[in-house]
Amino acid sequence: MSNLQETTEQILTLAAQHFKVPRERLSPDDDFFKKLGINSLQTLDLLTRLENHFQVELPDYELQGVSDFRTLAERIQARL
Amino acid sequence: MKEFYGKTLSWTTTEGVIEVALHREPGNEIGSETLLELERLGVLLASLDETTHALIIYSTLPAGFCAGADLRELYERMQALSPERRLDGVRDFLERIHRVMNAIDAAPITTIAAVHGVTFGGGFELALTCDIIIADKMARFCFPELRLGLIPGFGGIPRLKRDLGNAVVRDLLLTGRSFNAAKAQSVGLVSQVTGEGEALNVARSTAAQLAKFDRETATVAKRFIKHIPEAELRHEIETFCELFVRPEVEAGLKKFVESTDALPYLP
Repeated sequence: MSNLQETTEQILTLAAQHFKVPRERLSPDDDFFKKLGINSLQTLDLLTRLENHFQVELPDYELQGVSDFRTLAERIQARL
Repeated sequence: MKEFYGKTLSWTTTEGVIEVALHREPGNEIGSETLLELERLGVLLASLDETTHALIIYSTLPAGFCAGADLRELYERMQALSPERRLDGVRDFLERIHRVMNAIDAAPITTIAAVHGVTFGGGFELALTCDIIIADKMARFCFPELRLGLIPGFGGIPRLKRDLGNAVVRDLLLTGRSFNAAKAQSVGLVSQVTGEGEALNVARSTAAQLAKFDRETATVAKRFIKHIPEAELRHEIETFCELFVRPEVEAGLKKFVESTDALPYLP
């Protein structure tokens, strides 16, 4: 089982790869909407990719108000 | 009519398989134009020749299969009508869309929904009319209607109840959350999950398999295992209409229409 740091790292790598942003430009406390330049439709796409990658289920309402990678990682970690 | 090219959807028939492509930007929202063209599909299904054995519905749009009812059109029409006339208009739309959905549901051929991306609300309900749902692993299913003060109105809950346990149905309906293809397969909603961009190819190979069987036998088998929940579908229309006249609906639709978000009904 991954720890929070590993989970965060995997999220950052996956987001960088999919949204074609250099990995080194992303950090855990970044606002992923702003940093990745994504709208809610693309956020849904990211959510599905994360669920598939970590094999977890993340109800949308658990992500309400979540905008940074670190908190996102915490939500996923809670489901691993 | 072996081929049809409409504004919102088109179909071709090849080797006994009707392929219906949804192509109304931005998200295949189902409004009056789509309804008219779906009604033409209903006419086709009522007059199939013996060589046709399957139907595939899919979307050509990257956003997904279908984002549901055209809420902007619904809101604009509401604003143009008195409260009494609004309800008549909505009831008429529901009666017509139910007739089409029932026609697809009970079609004498095997029907396949090949879905990807956003499969929400009325889009989810359209997929549920099909005998088999094949989902791209990036597909997402949701009934967001409660956020608008409504329940799904195109037959979704009775059809979902037909296929799934009530606990899952309540979770989807009452929380308004979305779930992905893997979850949908685990609860028995989706029969096959494919790689990204592969749902239509898998649907085509499934349709080719269906051609090996006698169509009449397949039709009888389908009727044996798949009933149309007619009483619940009627009840759904009445419940939707009861809710529709409440002020919460107009407020919810106004919020939706005024939002600039790509998916304003999500949290």
